Amino acid sequence: MAANGSGIDALGQFRLGHGLGEVGGAVNFTNSNEIMMLAGVLILGLIYFGMKPRAMVPGRLQAVAEMLYDFIHTMCIEQIGEEGKRYFPFVFTLFSFILFGNLLGLFPYFFTFTSHIAVTGALALLVIVLVTGVALRAHGLHFFTYFFPAGVPKLLAPLIIPIEILSYLSRPISLSIRLFANMTAGHVMFEVFASFMIMLVGALGAFGYVLAVGPLVINIALMGFELLVAFLQAYVFAILTCIYLHDAVHLH
Amino acid sequence: MSQNGDEEQERGAASFEARLAAARDRRGLDQPPAPPPETAPDGLSSNALALGLRVGVELLSALVVALAIGYGLDRWLHTRPLFLAVFVLLGGAAGVLNVWRVVGPRPGK
Repeated sequence: MAANGSGIDALGQFRLGHGLGEVGGAVNFTNSNEIMMLAGVLILGLIYFGMKPRAMVPGRLQAVAEMLYDFIHTMCIEQIGEEGKRYFPFVFTLFSFILFGNLLGLFPYFFTFTSHIAVTGALALLVIVLVTGVALRAHGLHFFTYFFPAGVPKLLAPLIIPIEILSYLSRPISLSIRLFANMTAGHVMFEVFASFMIMLVGALGAFGYVLAVGPLVINIALMGFELLVAFLQAYVFAILTCIYLHDAVHLH
Repeated sequence: MSQNGDEEQERGAASFEARLAAARDRRGLDQPPAPPPETAPDGLSSNALALGLRVGVELLSALVVALAIGYGLDRWLHTRPLFLAVFVLLGGAAGVLNVWRVVGPRPGK
């Protein structure tokens, strides 16, 4: 079945290539970077052109920009507290970058940069380093009491402290794996069902066209599901960042 | 006549209030997925699949970190498999702690 290239190459879509032609090849500018730039430009464009009219009653674009802003603003204040406003720009940037990355990845021929653990890992590391920095700045060395909650018997310290430290260190891993796994799994499923269609037509000819409607319908349903996942994963990443920031600001 | 007008006005006001309340309701519902009561304790969606995936990842990630640390220490100190064994146990415990943080009650909220 896998003969002459008709097998399922589900992971080929995640292969990095060079972007921007010759110049990109010379400086190792990848197709992943292309989409990152595009996401950045689109976000800036959305905010700039969306907020340009400054209308009392917003138009469509302005409504999108305002909803995005308000959504994250509320999330920051609800999860972190009043101090959350200080971290709003960071969370907003993170959320919109991931959201646009996930959504752009759904277009044919577009690379999904959030499907690479190098990218999600870097984002998660950024979050954890920032959160730790915030905690150290707010509480100084007092921060380390985070690893030994008050009211725990001293006898348990050798057990509790390593566990708490491991739990803390596992945060960037779980943040990055969750986003990466969700995006990769979704896109692999697209590829697999799309390959089924081609294989059916290749194997059964005209009858295959009839049967190929099945995978097509599944792919359409998957697209709706992936839209949800794209939003949900960006949301989860942002809200977990907020929760970690809450812990950093308030220590428990 | 004036009685009638008053009544009309009152009814108009009442219907305005009702419409306003309805509009506010709609606005309130508009505020996307973080409605406090019916979600999981940390405000994440109560979507069971999402929660299940999250719990799995939390369990796994603590174990991955623990394995990496244990393996690294063993390589460094040539004590294989002492630290690996210790850290696998600790990692499992940390994973359970992570899960508890996800599904358990959140302090300070």
